[in-house]
Amino acid sequence: MALLQISEPGQTPNPHERRIAVGIDLGTTHSLVAAVRSGVAECLPDDQGRVILPSVVRYFPDTNGDIKRQIGFEALANVAIDPLNTIASVKRLMGRGLNDIVNRDKLPYAFSQSDTGMVSLETVGGTKSPVEVSAEILATLRYRAEDTFNDDLFGAVITVPAYFDDAQRQATKDAAQLAGINVLRLINEPTAAAIAYGLDNASEGVYAIYDLGGGTFDISILRLTQGVFEVIATGGDSALGGDDFDRALADFISAETDYLPSTASEKAALLVEARRCKEALSTTNTIAVQAINTPLIGEFKGDFMLSKEQFVKVTQHLTDKTISAVKKALRDAKLKDVEGLDDIKGVVMVGGSTRMPHIQQAVADLFGKPPLTNVNPDEVVALGAAIQANQLAGNNGAGDLLLLDVIPLSLGIETMGGLAERIVPRNQTIPTAMAQDFTTYKDGQTALALHVVQGERDLVADCRSLARFELRGIPPMAAGAAKIRVTFTVDADGLLSVAAKELGSGVESNIVVKPSYGLSDDQIATMLKDSFSTAQQDMKSRALIEARVDADRMVLATQSALDIDGHLLNTDEAGVITASIAALLIAKEADDAAVVEAATTDLAKVTEAFAAMRMNSGIAKALAGKNIETI
Amino acid sequence: MNLQATDFELFEIPAQFAQDRSVLDTKWKDLQREAHPDKFAAQGAAAQRIAMQWSVRINEAYNRLKDPLKRATYLCELNGAPIEAHTNTSMPPAFMMMQIEWREALEEAETAAELELIEHQTANYKREKLSKIEQFIDVKHDYAAAANEVRALMFVARFVGEIEARLNKI
Repeated sequence: MALLQISEPGQTPNPHERRIAVGIDLGTTHSLVAAVRSGVAECLPDDQGRVILPSVVRYFPDTNGDIKRQIGFEALANVAIDPLNTIASVKRLMGRGLNDIVNRDKLPYAFSQSDTGMVSLETVGGTKSPVEVSAEILATLRYRAEDTFNDDLFGAVITVPAYFDDAQRQATKDAAQLAGINVLRLINEPTAAAIAYGLDNASEGVYAIYDLGGGTFDISILRLTQGVFEVIATGGDSALGGDDFDRALADFISAETDYLPSTASEKAALLVEARRCKEALSTTNTIAVQAINTPLIGEFKGDFMLSKEQFVKVTQHLTDKTISAVKKALRDAKLKDVEGLDDIKGVVMVGGSTRMPHIQQAVADLFGKPPLTNVNPDEVVALGAAIQANQLAGNNGAGDLLLLDVIPLSLGIETMGGLAERIVPRNQTIPTAMAQDFTTYKDGQTALALHVVQGERDLVADCRSLARFELRGIPPMAAGAAKIRVTFTVDADGLLSVAAKELGSGVESNIVVKPSYGLSDDQIATMLKDSFSTAQQDMKSRALIEARVDADRMVLATQSALDIDGHLLNTDEAGVITASIAALLIAKEADDAAVVEAATTDLAKVTEAFAAMRMNSGIAKALAGKNIETI
Repeated sequence: MNLQATDFELFEIPAQFAQDRSVLDTKWKDLQREAHPDKFAAQGAAAQRIAMQWSVRINEAYNRLKDPLKRATYLCELNGAPIEAHTNTSMPPAFMMMQIEWREALEEAETAAELELIEHQTANYKREKLSKIEQFIDVKHDYAAAANEVRALMFVARFVGEIEARLNKI
């Protein structure tokens, strides 16, 4: 007879109910995946024990001419050898158009512009969008997690720079979808770092998170109280990071040695060498510049010694840029003190670039206290994301962790004269919905063109264009008589949808904002078909598997809701839901994805009223709890 | 409790101007702990959608309650004295004169210190006005008079926004 199983106290009794949820830090230079195991968040290593995956993808033909990929360390080793087809720092291209890419001439890639306005890369493997390249990295991490746990992934929390705009967030979500990952939530990198710190060190109070990564800089001001992480203000620069320090140093080396790299290989090799020198200067005061495997050698006029002072000097403007962004965020946070500095309990350093001593010094000088560096700055974001993922998947029953994040950049609409009218100001807590009324400009105007923009500048031309849509069928009226209410809704991931309604006639129009730089659903479908993750199995079986996973998720969710709050339902209501669960379980066995999906939708529909009841009872409970305290 | 409840009902606090910010903060977090979509991430689309509606509503109420000017506006509207900021812009001449002086000072200001001095002066003025508003709403229940003060303060708030924009450029 088999032995009966007993689970550990506090752990879920049925191992199958434990969902594999991971945190993914999709970084500019490298990416990591982490998960909570036995109550502790840890980064998952690859089969060689390395937790870091360089965010580098190389496309190359094998001996038969078939296109193959290298991802991570293998690809990194070829950056200088095959620069055109070895894509690094792709995060900086996410959600961007060709004209947005600064320093384009310094990058070794063959850029092109896709129909959607998004930048593409011409490689030996064909035209690749940044979303596809990112999806390769995400899929590699997904497989790593699935191999580690020998189970399918339930979902992932993916981190993005707090300063990412709507287009960049949408592109990240598209990449995850392409990699076959269920995104539980996009969270901001500094917030993820704060979670890792907050839970490790049980901190309370206002903290600043200074996050200087490979390609992005973020500053967030957070208030921590009893498991609630409230983001008060955020700021930064989504195109400022360690890469820029490399480039500034490469330019300096180039000028000092009269060496001008011309080919893509030479450019890449110089950048690799600049990065090596930068990293060395974190621990020593001088470093000899050299070059390996490239024509660089021999071009130098003798040995060139680089000093820390020189490095600090040629990157001073970059350091200053981060410090003025910090000051702006502190002003936005409206803390009691005018400068806000006295209210900050600690400054957390995140991102590999914060290893540079002169960065740590600049931050210490500004805040008047040494920054916190006791969690590995490379891992801290992934660890925080893993903790949040574990909770969102429902593994952490008590679950008293709550993130109240903000939108980093104002959202608005174009009005007459090319001016941007703000509808949702930056640093609003999300989710949020805000509305503003507009009117017609001409007599008898029956349609309205809406142009959605994001940014802090007054002129539309200086903001990022997110989407355009039209409201048609407005009854002809005198100019200014129609009243059109435009509502912006931003969900907890920071993604926007917009609705417009003419209040007199009730004519409506709305869109989920797929930014001009994002991918259309058709494109995603095509890419999914082409992608490696589906190469082995055809689309149909993949759709069926996904439909079954969704069905399982829905049944589990409903059952756990019934277990907790089933008493809210009368017998009839409970009967309808149970019957719908049973129907779904039968439908699940069918070989038709559409049948499974229909049954899942049906269950979602019959549980809607139940979900509303549960919410009302939860709200009542929250208020009742307070009443007892105040009595 | 329903989505149509007033902000004060939702937060279970008296419908008055004087409010304790720490009570608002605590109530806000308590309510979000129950309603935030993250609490329903593993529970299907229907629960997510409802959670989103509630979470949005709670944030809307919190934004209005924690900002004295928005809170006063809301109380005036609830009590039949809408602000109508777009149509009603008549202001006493003395107030307009003061506005002109402030604006001149802002135009002439060059350094951060000069801007912060103007910010400080306007902050003092704002404080005085807010205590008047509290008197009108909570003691005299004269909402029409309160609405006049709110309209004046809206000019000041816009001016403060311009100071901040200038500060951000320095």
